[in-house]
Amino acid sequence: MSNRPDSRGTASGSGTANRRGAGNDRWLIKGARVLGGVAADIRVAGGVIESVGEGLVADGATVFDADGLIVLPGLVDLHAHLREPGREDAETVETGTRAAALGGYTAVHAMANTEPVADTAGVVEQVWRLGRQAGYVDVRPVGAVTVGIGGENLAELGAMAESAARVTMFSDDGHCVSDPLLMRRALEYVKAFGGVIAQHAQEPRLTEGAQLHEGEVASRLGLAGWPSAAEEAIIARDCLLAAHTNSRLHVCHVSTAGSVEIIRWAKSKGWQVTAEVTPHHLLLTDDLAENYDTVYKVNPPLRTRDDVTALRNGLADGSIDAVATDHAPHPVEAKETEWAQAAMGMTGLETALRVVQEAMVDTGLLDWAGVADRMSVRPARIGQAAAAGHGQPIAPGSPASFTLYDPAAGRERVDPAAHASKSRNSPFAGMTLPGRVHATFLRGVPTAGDRAGDGRW
Amino acid sequence: MKRHLISAADLSREEAVLVLDTAAELAGVSARPIRKLPTLRGRTVVNLFYEDSTRTRTSFEAAAKRLSADVINFSARGSSVAKGESLKDTALTLEAMGADAIVVRHGASGAPHRLAGWVTGSVINAGDGTHEHPTQALLDAFTIRQRLGSPDHGASGRRGAGLDGVRATIVGDVLHSRVARSGVLLLSTLGADVTLVAPPTLIPFGVGGWPCKISYDLDAELPKSDVVMMLRVQQERMTAAYFPTVREYRRRYGLDAGRMSLLPDHAIVMHPGPMNRGVEIAAEVADSPRSTIVEQVSNGVIVRMAVLYLMLGGVEGNS
Ligand SMILES: [Zn+2]
Repeated sequence: MSNRPDSRGTASGSGTANRRGAGNDRWLIKGARVLGGVAADIRVAGGVIESVGEGLVADGATVFDADGLIVLPGLVDLHAHLREPGREDAETVETGTRAAALGGYTAVHAMANTEPVADTAGVVEQVWRLGRQAGYVDVRPVGAVTVGIGGENLAELGAMAESAARVTMFSDDGHCVSDPLLMRRALEYVKAFGGVIAQHAQEPRLTEGAQLHEGEVASRLGLAGWPSAAEEAIIARDCLLAAHTNSRLHVCHVSTAGSVEIIRWAKSKGWQVTAEVTPHHLLLTDDLAENYDTVYKVNPPLRTRDDVTALRNGLADGSIDAVATDHAPHPVEAKETEWAQAAMGMTGLETALRVVQEAMVDTGLLDWAGVADRMSVRPARIGQAAAAGHGQPIAPGSPASFTLYDPAAGRERVDPAAHASKSRNSPFAGMTLPGRVHATFLRGVPTAGDRAGDGRW
Repeated sequence: MKRHLISAADLSREEAVLVLDTAAELAGVSARPIRKLPTLRGRTVVNLFYEDSTRTRTSFEAAAKRLSADVINFSARGSSVAKGESLKDTALTLEAMGADAIVVRHGASGAPHRLAGWVTGSVINAGDGTHEHPTQALLDAFTIRQRLGSPDHGASGRRGAGLDGVRATIVGDVLHSRVARSGVLLLSTLGADVTLVAPPTLIPFGVGGWPCKISYDLDAELPKSDVVMMLRVQQERMTAAYFPTVREYRRRYGLDAGRMSLLPDHAIVMHPGPMNRGVEIAAEVADSPRSTIVEQVSNGVIVRMAVLYLMLGGVEGNS
C-alpha cells in the first residue's frame, strides 16, 4: 500500500454542489498532455472548455497542476449493471456512478436487468433520475428488448425512447434475444427512432448449464463447457439480420477470436454493426479458474490466450469499437459458494482504464488517442451520448467533461476493499496494474479525485 | 502426503505407490481377528455427504473406525444444509467441531477446493460433480496391481511397483464421469497406458492434453487391454442426444460375453458401481471370474484406511 493520499479517499459526497471547488466553476488545468500528446493548459468556465493553449493565465480560476498527467475526454461505458432498482445490496446508482467517476467515466449506460426490469418508461426514468440526483456521471438507461427480459414479447421500446430518459439502446443483456424472428422485429422496429439493439450473444441450447469456456480447462475441472461457437453463431446470424433489415446491431462483450473475424467481415460489407470488449476479456484467461475461485466466473466466460490476442488486435484495428466494462457487482455471499452456484460477473468500472493501459497501451497496440477513441468517442457515438456532449475533442467549445490520468504512476496492487463500488468481486484483486486516475470532470465539475494529491479541492 | 486429497493429480508416483503399499500392509492387518488399529484414536473424521452414496460413505466410515477415529456423519438431508446453509457456514461449523479430516461428496465440481479454503483440517474428495473421485482411482489401482501381479504377468504386484505397461481401457460416459478423470490421472502417473473409449458425444471437448489415447471403437481396443473399466451410463443422457437409444449404446459400447471373449486371457473387468446390468455391462460379465467388482468394494475400505492413515496418522509417525 502507498502512503500517498489516495484520490479514492476524497471522492466527494452526493450532490453536484458539494463538489464545486470553493464555489468556483472556473478552472485552469496546467500542463496536461492532451490525448497523451503535447502539454497544454485548459481553461474551463461555465462547464465548457474555454481555451486550450500554452501559458494561459489563471485570472481567478482554480489552478489544477496536471504536470505529467494526460487528459482524455470523459470515458463512456456502454455496459454497466448498476443493480438499482432491486439489488441495492450489490450496488446502487449512487455507489456505481461514484465508482465510475473514480474510474474516469462521465457517462454510463445502465443495463436493464434490474428488479423490476427496465422495460417501461417508468423504470428507465427512475434510473435516469437517480443518476441525475447522484451527479457523478450521466446515467443513460438501456431499455429491455422484451417484456421482463422474457424473450417473448417486445417491450414498449418507443415509449422508452420518448421518455425523459431518451433511451436509444435496447438490450436483454444477461439473456440473448435468441428467437430469430423476435430479433429481426426488434432490429426493424427501433429504426423508427434511431435505436440500436445491443445483443448478449449466447445460443441458449448450446450453453445449458454452461460454467466455463469449453476447452481443456473446463474439461479437466469437470465444469460444463460454454463453447465459442455458441457466441459466434448468434453474432453471425444477427449480422445477417442487421444487413437484411438495414438496422443497427451492437454486439456486447465479444469474447472469442471467431467473433472478431465475423464482425470484421460484417464491417467490410458496410453493415451497421458495432462491438465492445470488456477489460477482463482483454487480460484474463480461463486457466485462472483452476482453483474454482468464483471471482473468475463471468458470462461470457474467460477464454484462452489466443482469444485474448485476437480481441486485443480487433480493438487495435477498430473491428471492435469500444471497451465496455460489463461492471457486474455481486454481494459476497453470491460468490462465496460452489462454482456452479456462484453468480456470474465481475466489477470493472474502477480498474478499466488501468487494465486498458496494461493490455493495449503498454503493449504498443494502441496510443492514448486510440484509447480516447475506443473508450469515449466511439462508445459515445454508439450510445448516442455524443449529442449529450460526451466523446468530444479536448478543444474550445466542448463540454468540460474529461479525465486526468497518470500513466506513469507506479504499478499498484488492486485492493477491492478500497473501491467505491458496494461490491468487492474484482478479478484484478491482488494484481498490480499501472496508472492512476487523478480527477474526473463532468461539465466543469470535479466528480472524482483531488488536486495534486493534497486531498483538497 | 499433502494436506488435502482433492485430485488424483495431487499425488506424485511415489505418494501413490506409498498409498498402495500402505494399503497392502493394512490388508494383512484386516485379515486378522482383531481388525481395529489405534492409529487415529482421538482424531475426528467427518463424512460430509451432499449426495446420497451409502456405498462410499460406509466405506469411508468403516475405514475411519478401523483406525479408531471418531466418525461424524453429516449428511445434507435433514440437516441445516437442507435448510439452505451455505457450504462455507457448514465448513465453519465443522471447523468448530474440531474435524481433523472432512470427507466430502458433493454434486458440484470443485466443492472440495472451496471447502479446503475455509477449514484447517484435511479435505478428502469423495467425489465432486463431474470432476474427480481420487480414492476410487486409488482402489482401482490397488485392485489392478493385486490382480495383475500374478507370476505370469510380470511382478507388478510387488511392493514399490507401479502399473508400468498395464494397458487400461476406460469405457463409457467419460464426459460426466469423475471416476474417469481421476482414473486417467492416477493410472498414467503409475505408468499405465490409458485409453478412453466412448461415442464422441461423451468424450470431453479439449481432451487432447490428457495423458491418454481416445478411441471410438471398443472392439478394436479390447484385444489390446489388460484392464477394461466400464463406466455407468445414465439413461437420461439419451434425452440430451448423447446417443440415440440404450439399445444402440449397448450394441456399440456395452460389454457382453461375446465382447469379453476378445480380451486377452489375463484381462480383468472393472466397474466402480453402481452397475446398470444389461446396459453398459451384461450380467454374465459382471458375475464372471474376470470381474473385480466385489474386490473393488473390499479394497475400497483398505485403500481409504491407507489414505486416512497417511494423511492424519502418518504425519506423527504412528506405528
Ligand atoms: Zn451480457
